[in-house]
Amino acid sequence: MTTSTNLVYLIALPLFSAALLLLLGRIADKWGHIFATLISASVFVIGVAEFFAMQGRDGEARAATQKVFEWISVGTFQVDASLLLDQLSICFVLLISGVGTLIHIYSIAYMSHDHDRRRFFAYLNLFIAAMLLLVLGDSYLNLYVGWEGVGLASYLLIGFWNQKPAYATAAKKAFVANRVGDLGLSLAIMIAFTQFGTVTFAGVKEGASGASAGALTAIGAMLLLAAAGKSAQFPLQSWLGDAMAGPTPVSALIHAATMVTAGVYLITRSNFIFDASPTAQLMVVIVGAITLLFGALIGTAKDDIKKALAASTMSQIGYMILATGLGPVGYAFAIMHLLTHGFFKAGMFLGAGSVMHGMNDEVNMRRYGAIRKVMPITAATFGLGYLAILGVPPFAGFYSKDKIIETAFNAGGVEGILLGGATLLGAAITAFYMTRVMVLTFAGTKRWDENAHPHESPFLMWAPMAILAIGSVTSGFLLSSGSALVNWLEPVVNEHHEHHAEEFLPPIVVSIMALVFVAIGVAFAILKYRTVPLVAPLDVSVFTKAARKDLYQDSFNEAVLMRPGQKLTAGLVTTDYKVIDGLVRSVGWVIQTTSSALRSIQNGYVRSYALIMVLGVLALVTAIWMVTL
Amino acid sequence: MSILTTLLLLPLFGAIVISVLPVGNAKLIKQTALGFSLLVTAVSIFMAFSFKSDEAALQFTETRSWISAFNINYSVGIDGMALALILMTTILVPIVFLAGWNESENGRWSVKVFYILLLILETMMIGVFAATDVFLFYVIFEAMLLPVYFLIGGYGVGERAAAAMKFLLYSLFGGLLMLAALIGLYIISTNQGGGTFDITKLSELTIDSTTQNWLFLGFFIAFAIKAPLWPLHTWLPTAAKSATAGTSTLLLGVLDKVGTYGMIRFCMNFFPEATKTFTPAIITLAVISILYGAFLAIGQKDINSLIAFTSISHFGFITLGIFALTSQGLTGAIFYMVNHGFSTAALFLTAGWMIKRRGSSQISDFGGLQRVTPVLAWSFFLAGMSALALPGLSSFISEFLVLVGSFAKYPVAAILGTTGIILASLYVLIVVQKSLHGETPESNKGMLDLNLREKIAIAPVIVVLVVLGFYPKPVLSVINTTTQTIMTHAGVSDPIAKVAK
Repeated sequence: MTTSTNLVYLIALPLFSAALLLLLGRIADKWGHIFATLISASVFVIGVAEFFAMQGRDGEARAATQKVFEWISVGTFQVDASLLLDQLSICFVLLISGVGTLIHIYSIAYMSHDHDRRRFFAYLNLFIAAMLLLVLGDSYLNLYVGWEGVGLASYLLIGFWNQKPAYATAAKKAFVANRVGDLGLSLAIMIAFTQFGTVTFAGVKEGASGASAGALTAIGAMLLLAAAGKSAQFPLQSWLGDAMAGPTPVSALIHAATMVTAGVYLITRSNFIFDASPTAQLMVVIVGAITLLFGALIGTAKDDIKKALAASTMSQIGYMILATGLGPVGYAFAIMHLLTHGFFKAGMFLGAGSVMHGMNDEVNMRRYGAIRKVMPITAATFGLGYLAILGVPPFAGFYSKDKIIETAFNAGGVEGILLGGATLLGAAITAFYMTRVMVLTFAGTKRWDENAHPHESPFLMWAPMAILAIGSVTSGFLLSSGSALVNWLEPVVNEHHEHHAEEFLPPIVVSIMALVFVAIGVAFAILKYRTVPLVAPLDVSVFTKAARKDLYQDSFNEAVLMRPGQKLTAGLVTTDYKVIDGLVRSVGWVIQTTSSALRSIQNGYVRSYALIMVLGVLALVTAIWMVTL
Repeated sequence: MSILTTLLLLPLFGAIVISVLPVGNAKLIKQTALGFSLLVTAVSIFMAFSFKSDEAALQFTETRSWISAFNINYSVGIDGMALALILMTTILVPIVFLAGWNESENGRWSVKVFYILLLILETMMIGVFAATDVFLFYVIFEAMLLPVYFLIGGYGVGERAAAAMKFLLYSLFGGLLMLAALIGLYIISTNQGGGTFDITKLSELTIDSTTQNWLFLGFFIAFAIKAPLWPLHTWLPTAAKSATAGTSTLLLGVLDKVGTYGMIRFCMNFFPEATKTFTPAIITLAVISILYGAFLAIGQKDINSLIAFTSISHFGFITLGIFALTSQGLTGAIFYMVNHGFSTAALFLTAGWMIKRRGSSQISDFGGLQRVTPVLAWSFFLAGMSALALPGLSSFISEFLVLVGSFAKYPVAAILGTTGIILASLYVLIVVQKSLHGETPESNKGMLDLNLREKIAIAPVIVVLVVLGFYPKPVLSVINTTTQTIMTHAGVSDPIAKVAK
């Protein structure tokens, strides 16, 4: 373990910048966006420097720590504000600050007409700071600060245009759903402290080997709940679609590339808990499998381009979560998919933003069509992202997604077939809905609103898209050649070199199967969307109807949680007034009636009170006097 | 004369000075009051710097004979807990003065009376935490109701007279029970070699368990009314609805803490055995308070009653932490008292400004404030974030310590309490959305943002919440010593982690 002194700047710089831009107010309007972008870029530069410094160190010395200050010290509960940069967190540092900086640059143009652009950039910097704390904290409690910090940034950004009531509601919904997850994280920390007397990753890892299966499963289940909240996994997935209310760059950065993947980080970071509890692992793969299909199905019926992409994000993170439940061999593939997904999904979101930017903020794909002709760069970069998510070789998703499918099959037995089957089916549905997005948006004939005059976006917007597109093409190959990422992460996730699971199917067979499934999905979409009606047809199957309604997730939550909750609240308010306070009021009434005969009510009370006090003191004194005798 | 007595008498001296100022010169009266309160702040900070944080014994002690026949003394002294609460008080008072610069002008009585009452109240608030003679404590405990009664009844809004009376009746009931218990305690001390009211000597008495139970209840009910614990809470929302923002701040932020302070200082200290007997019942009530307060807060239409119910929920957390009796629970609870003081101040003061500008305290009358009064909206939002214990703010640390400290001994209570964090996000974000977000209705478009005086008032509160959120060490180390003393006296130690390191 190396001691570093630079790690704190990764967090302090963007945090300082956010505070500065918010406190200065309108004075900083002219340069706030530039300043915030430079800060983000400098964080990326520090990250890259740290990465190369790590390359120069070997083995144990590769990871670096920094104790910033003593944070909480009460009895045995000792938590320092300490940071840990290891092989896992550096992946996130580079992703967050790299993609983050690109999105800052993109936003300079995207938000140029917004009166509150400075505030937007302050929030972005706040997010970067919180997200870096999340991945750099060396204990669960430090992580928790970042965890809720990104929740706050997400809330502020979803509700950036909160003058629209629906957007404000979306922001609130995201925060509350995340808090349900935070309940899980809180409880996991409490159990960990009760069990191990520490909440640092290193301490919990050390103690995990001696803990009971029940305790480990409980911690694992609570961490999974936390992950489900942050990463929009079943059953806490319903907020992500509404979160698309935020400006599109936010959707790209927070709700696609980084924050929503924090659950994957949490589980990977806690590998020592999950590896020791098969029950918790089973829960993880079930949640992952359900969500990957759930999201994919919703994606097939959305006409709003951002909501279609959000459903896709939910589904893709389902893949990652599933992978983390597959034991030591799965973590590296989960992280690999997380990184490639960071490129292609952020790229596609920025592409969607670019289209919206040129189309008067139209999000309905039924009013798009033939965009490729007017926005060739957007179409090309989006297309590369599309090929990447489909998993067409040699694009990024081919390397990362096929590995997950392969590992799922290798889980063996019925479980392996079910999980492998789910991932294959998911791949086919993904191909369907992504082709649908491509066809509706870029191909076919134009179905634009008469006021729309789409045009290619400016350089500041397409340059980040182009860079992300390059990542969509190359990142998979780079990360997997020579098992680069797997070897890199090995010290963090798999110390025992036990990743030689039996192969259920040879990789080449899995790849061919996946491609066949993808081809079927693509073909279906192309056939189905040769003509596109301007208004979504109503005579559709029950599946489409259900998918349009997000598989009734909101109806379910409203019926089971919200309405009973409202009834309970209303009932308690009435009870409090009528029963509890009613009792008090009747006592008061009795006293009032008896005393008002003697004197006026107002001053009477004070006088009688003072009198009783004097009498009380007298009684006390008398009592004392009596016993003293 | 110890520095503590100086601190105690300073506001009273200020009240005397104000009493000779001309009634008509409101500005001079306000400035004098503010000047004295700032002086008190300065002296208290000076005192804090000379406080030895690792010393368990009471510091700055002073004893003067008062009623020698009964061995009643003016005796004062503070430990870490008392120091933290006194500092909170002396910092909040000038903030309240500054924030509510004009709130004394529409009262039943003059501006002069208002500030005399507040300064007398400050002396009492310091005294109640400094007293080490139970008789002195009791007298202040009871007497401090009067200024509050006059402040609510004379300067409040709406049904202020009724609210003030309800507050008085409740307190009267609690006070009488405590008085009875106090007499009992004195009798016992007399039988065991010399009547005394000295806290330290009383804590060394041997009392049989039945008597302990009765005396415990006498003190506890009085304190449970003060720091309202379900179901003794209904006076609080009524009072908060009618009192001025400044009075509410001091009432909920400081006076109610006397309840939770008393539970630690007296109930636990004098009756360790009874504490053990009643702990399961009290923990149950605490958890009910947490959830009940939160649900009721969600259902409120009036912004001040909403804040009052959030406090009932928070007092539930404090009580849970106290009676969990672990170092994290207890330190967390004491730190919670301090944080809740600032957090509630932020809520009441910002809500007060909103109410004053809008002329209504109904949540539905607000809306879209973020775009007309950004600084006010941000301040209210941050206050809300503190109420929901957002990490990075001090209230997070105390709430988490309470929960982690109770989990080892009372997992079910801790789990139920933790669900309170979801409810907290609801009661805060619903009012935030209704008041700050959405389209700005015509009626709110002309609202003015905070002026310089108001900004100066709210800034230190927010700074305290943020700074202690990042660096709580100075306060925690002071409280830790008190916690250790209490735990040693109670003969308990922390549960040991199941898997040894």
